Amino acid sequence: MAGLLTLEQKLQHFRKEYFYRSNQAEENRKRENQAATLIQSWFRGCLERAYLSHLHKKAIIIQKIWRGFTARARVRQMVKAAYFIMKMNFYEEMAVRIQQRWRGFFARKHIHSFYARKSYMEGILKKNESVRNELDEICDLQKKERESLKMIQEQTAKVYQAHRLHYLLSTEQCPGVFNSPFRQAPHEMELLLRQVKHSAPNRMVPKSRVSFLGIPGPAAHGFSATTESPWMKSTRICSFRPALPPIASKNYQVMVVKATTKSLDLED
Amino acid sequence: MSQRQIIQGVMALLRPLLLDVVPGVQQTAALALGRLADSSDSLAEAVVKENILPDVVQSVTSHNRFHKKAAAFVLRAVAKHSPELSQAVVDCGGVDALVQCLMEFDPGVKEAAAWALGCVARHNATLSQTVVNAGAVPVLVLCLLEPEMALKRIAASTLSDICKHTPELAHAVVDAGAIPHLAQLILSRDTKLKRQVFSALSQIAKHSASLSEMVAEVGVFPAAMTCLKDPDEYVRKNVTTLMREMVKQTAELSQLVVNCGGLGAVIDYLGDCSGSLRLPGIMMLGYVASHSESLAMAVILSKGVSQLAVCLSEEPEDHIKAATVWSIGQIGQHTPDHAKAVAMANLLPKLLKLYMDASSSEDLQAKSKKALKSILQKCTHLPALEPLLYDAPSKILKHVMCQFSKVLPHDSKARRLFVTSGGLKKVQEIQAEPGSVLQEHINAINSCFPEEIVRYYSPGYSEVLLERLENYQPA
Repeated sequence: MAGLLTLEQKLQHFRKEYFYRSNQAEENRKRENQAATLIQSWFRGCLERAYLSHLHKKAIIIQKIWRGFTARARVRQMVKAAYFIMKMNFYEEMAVRIQQRWRGFFARKHIHSFYARKSYMEGILKKNESVRNELDEICDLQKKERESLKMIQEQTAKVYQAHRLHYLLSTEQCPGVFNSPFRQAPHEMELLLRQVKHSAPNRMVPKSRVSFLGIPGPAAHGFSATTESPWMKSTRICSFRPALPPIASKNYQVMVVKATTKSLDLED
Repeated sequence: MSQRQIIQGVMALLRPLLLDVVPGVQQTAALALGRLADSSDSLAEAVVKENILPDVVQSVTSHNRFHKKAAAFVLRAVAKHSPELSQAVVDCGGVDALVQCLMEFDPGVKEAAAWALGCVARHNATLSQTVVNAGAVPVLVLCLLEPEMALKRIAASTLSDICKHTPELAHAVVDAGAIPHLAQLILSRDTKLKRQVFSALSQIAKHSASLSEMVAEVGVFPAAMTCLKDPDEYVRKNVTTLMREMVKQTAELSQLVVNCGGLGAVIDYLGDCSGSLRLPGIMMLGYVASHSESLAMAVILSKGVSQLAVCLSEEPEDHIKAATVWSIGQIGQHTPDHAKAVAMANLLPKLLKLYMDASSSEDLQAKSKKALKSILQKCTHLPALEPLLYDAPSKILKHVMCQFSKVLPHDSKARRLFVTSGGLKKVQEIQAEPGSVLQEHINAINSCFPEEIVRYYSPGYSEVLLERLENYQPA
């Protein structure tokens, strides 16, 4: 009996205990559930985080390797380009030096050629000299021409005078004006008179006497400045008789022959 | 009776005689009128005022050639005095009648008509334009081809009078084909004709470069140089004027002239003649030198500078001296070699003297200052610059100092010469305001020399030394 009582007590105790514990457990169920959830979620989170960090690390490794790869490729390219540029700079600098020297040479030789300029100056001086000489020659020629023209004019004037003044020829009896006995030799006019054959004067109309229409007036200078010599026949309106040739008479011819023989005698 | 009454009386008497029946009376009346108008301009004005001109113009269109000549003579005598009288002649229809006369056969009539047209055209551009509008120019060019020398002369002189006013008139003359005919006439023997031909060509050439080139193309140049030795001085002057007008335009024309040996000929010409005849030659040398430095060197080598120095010393007139000074400036302004050539001819002191001389005209002073300045800016020949240190005013002096300060730092021989010739001493004596350009140059020069030398030459140094002597205590 005592055992049974203890058993019943134990049973009751058991029942109370069980009831008490299940009550407790029931009360803690929520809390414990929550705690378990928390622990599990935390643990799962840790797992995930570990997984993620693992993934991250691997991804970083991959990216690192890839970036290194591309960067090295780029650097290689940049090095190539820099090398190329360096070479080009060098070439250009050398080319500039060549061009400088060439341009200097070319300019000095052709464009601003010193020797060409010097020879040009010398050429100008020579040309000046030659032009001077030519001009002097031409000047002399013209002077000679003018002088010869003048001489011819003077000579024709003298011959004309001789024609007109033929009566001044000296005769056997009477020496003429130009053959004065005090002279050693006769004057040149005398010689001309002897050579020239007498011609009857045409009716000469000097320019200064008659104006147009035959009305006498003072010298009309204003109209034409033509150089007419006064002994040439004027073709203006002026009346003149045409000259008849001199009558060839025997006496006259004898006189002329005597005059010429006389001059020949005198000259001997 | 007063002068005016006499004149009026004479005109009143002559006027009915102009309309007389007998042609001889008409002609003599016209001749008398012409001679009266020719002698004085008050008589010419009286002719215009008494309204005789329309009758005269009527007689110009008459048939008798002597009458035409006399009437043209009257028109010329009236027109030559002043532009107003020429305008009166134009208003009466004189120009058209004269152009009709130009187409006649008789050379005397043509000559009188051409001379009258020349007198009308001479005064100003509008009158010349009237003459050109009446169609005178082609007929005048035909007159150049006529055999009579007087007609050629008058035609050339009329063309010259027409062209001289404006480029359009010159173009009108050139379009009528005047230049080849004028160029052919250069070779003639007649002196007065050559004068007029060259004057006409220079009036054409002076307006523009294209006209000058047209004149040059015809080949005027080598032929014109033979006329530089012509005995007549006005022919030579007109040739030189033509050369000057051509050279003024462009560098290529100057080159052409120089290559034909023109420089030597012109320099000889300058040596032969004197007075105002030299002026075109001097200006021609200046224009040639102004285009480029090689041409200026050509002028120097042809002994142009020495000839210009002779001209400068011989000529008394201020305007010729001004032209000479300008030419010298043009020659010397290009490079140091040119400036040296000018300086060696001893021209710089002369230019300075002309600038400082109170009796020279303002134009001469201005030109000599400009020439001196432009030559000094290039001159590096120090012995030539030293005389200028002594007399020059400060404006010129600063340029001289500038040149010294440029040359002295680099050339030791020049420094030695500068000191021994007394230049450094003179520089110390110059008073200049501190901060002015002159003082800067003086400082630059002083810095080229050691300090002792500068102190030695500074004024009053002997007094400073004596003072030191007095204060000195022998130990």
